Amino acid sequence: MSRIETDTVFVRRDFLEPEAPPPSLGGVPGWVRKNLFSSPFNIAVSLAMLLLLAWALPPLFRWLFVDAVWTGTNREACLPKNGETVGACWAFVNAKLAQFTFGSYPADQRWRPSLAMIVFFLGLAWVAIPKMPRRREGVWLMLTAFPVLTFWLLYGGLGLPIVETSNWGGLLVTLVVAVTGIVASLPLGILLALGRRSKLPFIKIVSVVFIEVWRGVPLITVLFMASVMLPLFLPNGVNFDKLLRALIGVALFTGAYMAETIRGGLQAIPKGQYEGAASLGLSYWHSMRLIILPQALKIVIPGIVNSFISLFKDTSLVMIIGLYDLLGSIQRNFSDANWSTPSIAPTGLIFAAAVFWVFCFSMSRYSMYMERKLNTGRKR
Amino acid sequence: MADIALAATPASETAVEMIGVNKWFGEFHVLRDVNLSVKRGERIVICGPSGSGKSTTIRCINRLEEHQKGKIIVDGIELTNDLKRIDEVRREVGMVFQHFNLFPHLTILENCTLAPIWVRKMPKKEAEEVAMHFLTRVKIPEQANKYPGQLSGGQQQRVAIARSLCMRPKIMLFDEPTSALDPEMVKEVLDTMVGLAEEGMTMICVTHEMGFARQVANRVIFMDQGQIVEQNEPEEFFSNPKHERTKLFLGQILH
Ligand SMILES: Nc1ncnc2c1ncn2[C@@H]1O[C@H](COP(=O)(O)OP(=O)(O)OP(=O)(O)O)[C@@H](O)[C@H]1O
Ligand SMILES: [Mg+2]
Repeated sequence: MSRIETDTVFVRRDFLEPEAPPPSLGGVPGWVRKNLFSSPFNIAVSLAMLLLLAWALPPLFRWLFVDAVWTGTNREACLPKNGETVGACWAFVNAKLAQFTFGSYPADQRWRPSLAMIVFFLGLAWVAIPKMPRRREGVWLMLTAFPVLTFWLLYGGLGLPIVETSNWGGLLVTLVVAVTGIVASLPLGILLALGRRSKLPFIKIVSVVFIEVWRGVPLITVLFMASVMLPLFLPNGVNFDKLLRALIGVALFTGAYMAETIRGGLQAIPKGQYEGAASLGLSYWHSMRLIILPQALKIVIPGIVNSFISLFKDTSLVMIIGLYDLLGSIQRNFSDANWSTPSIAPTGLIFAAAVFWVFCFSMSRYSMYMERKLNTGRKR
Repeated sequence: MADIALAATPASETAVEMIGVNKWFGEFHVLRDVNLSVKRGERIVICGPSGSGKSTTIRCINRLEEHQKGKIIVDGIELTNDLKRIDEVRREVGMVFQHFNLFPHLTILENCTLAPIWVRKMPKKEAEEVAMHFLTRVKIPEQANKYPGQLSGGQQQRVAIARSLCMRPKIMLFDEPTSALDPEMVKEVLDTMVGLAEEGMTMICVTHEMGFARQVANRVIFMDQGQIVEQNEPEEFFSNPKHERTKLFLGQILH
């Protein structure tokens, strides 16, 4: 008996001090060994990738920077001379930067879109950085005063000469289309998502039809119809601005996508939240605004930002209705006889890609930052 | 702050009146001719086997469920499809759920002040005073600035009770408030409920805590298959159940 007891009963006498982890787990060498060279297959893949990088990166680097032409006023600068190879033609981008930014906006008026963009980015920083004071007021100003100011600055009137939207172009058009689309599609998407879940049959049917029609049609078709077909239905003489038509098309299109993203978030909210809100006597709109939407939107931030990013890139499609966004303005300049050399097309496209990437990557990072921030304090 | 005390109202008035209430979920007849009259200040405990319609019954009282036949009158207001009246009733009827249903994105204090501010249009400062008063009563004022996810189950349920009380309801409904809790937390929630009962709150509780029923209930109601099978004073109900099904049920839960 006593033998068995000593085998099963155990009381700890000496306690162990914590020790540092074994060396292979920590630091950069540990990471490399664990992730890149942990098995023969892993070693083979890692070596293959290293070789690929060694093969691809140096020439790319040479083309982009070492052999690149940085200064010059016309095609001569970027033509191969005495057998030398010539890399990217940054001189071209440099010379055309104003066109890439503003399109054919009159040169003496370019301070207006510049000012609007500066105000936009400052305002954005104000409302997007959590530590800023009075952000609520900032949001209201950005949603009310800023659009009015921007419209006045960009279009003119009241003392400023009018600049028709057909002269707008470049990054300016990209930003106008993307920002309007983003700002208009979010509330539209929220209303459509709520409408689709409504108990009132009429509202529900209208929302479902709207969402499904817009989602089922390619954006190119929407833009094309807006520019080619709409005028056929409008009475003669009534002319609706082309850019405005594109803006409406893009906003409705993105709104329909947004609605489905947000509906996913609404569905993820447990029934208990609706009941908790209802049992306190909160009205439908109050419970949506205060309880359901804050939680649902937080869940679908990645999806919402995803929509924003695709919208930002899809702005290039306005090219097919004769508007020139950033990419369009760049492409348009490929045929400039003054600059026509083999290297301007790749240079221009890489420049366009880099600008798009900076905007989209910033949105992506900001959304990740917001997700993390909104999660703190709520977790156990 | 004197007006924070829960109003003790004359016991003669009827708080809740259910007359011939019937309800179906699709083809399924959940509530079958339920008749229940609750006076002001009365404490009712409803028990019965799972699926017997206890939750459905009390959820009809604040119209989280809609009944299809019969009449429900709460605080003198008949529940119909009229949304305004439903909101009026919900303002006066607090509800505590099995799974708390706190709002996870708001702090404890915000959970408690939300409805007073938006529904009762109370100034924020006053709402916060009221909230702190009730959080003190449920003994967790120090948690006011935490989020629900940071509290234990028992604490969350006490917050849920405080949140309801902040609307100063005339009637409180409890749907198995302790059955999602770990055993060691049941008592703190029951103590809070006993305290409420002692102050004269009209309460309708679905619970299987028979000790609680013995201690505070004026009446215990036993439901089975969507019907009220038996109701009696707790002493009589437990010591001398009349119906076979009640005896069977009590036999199962008391041992
Ligand atoms: N939304 C619903 N749709 C369809 N059937 C439902 C719904 N809610 C409840 N029921 C059914 O109605 C019956 C009564 O449900 P109820 O929730 O009122 O029971 P209960 O007495 O509260 O049971 P429990 O002790 O398990 O909580 C059950 O059979 C349940 O399956
Ligand atoms: Mg139940």
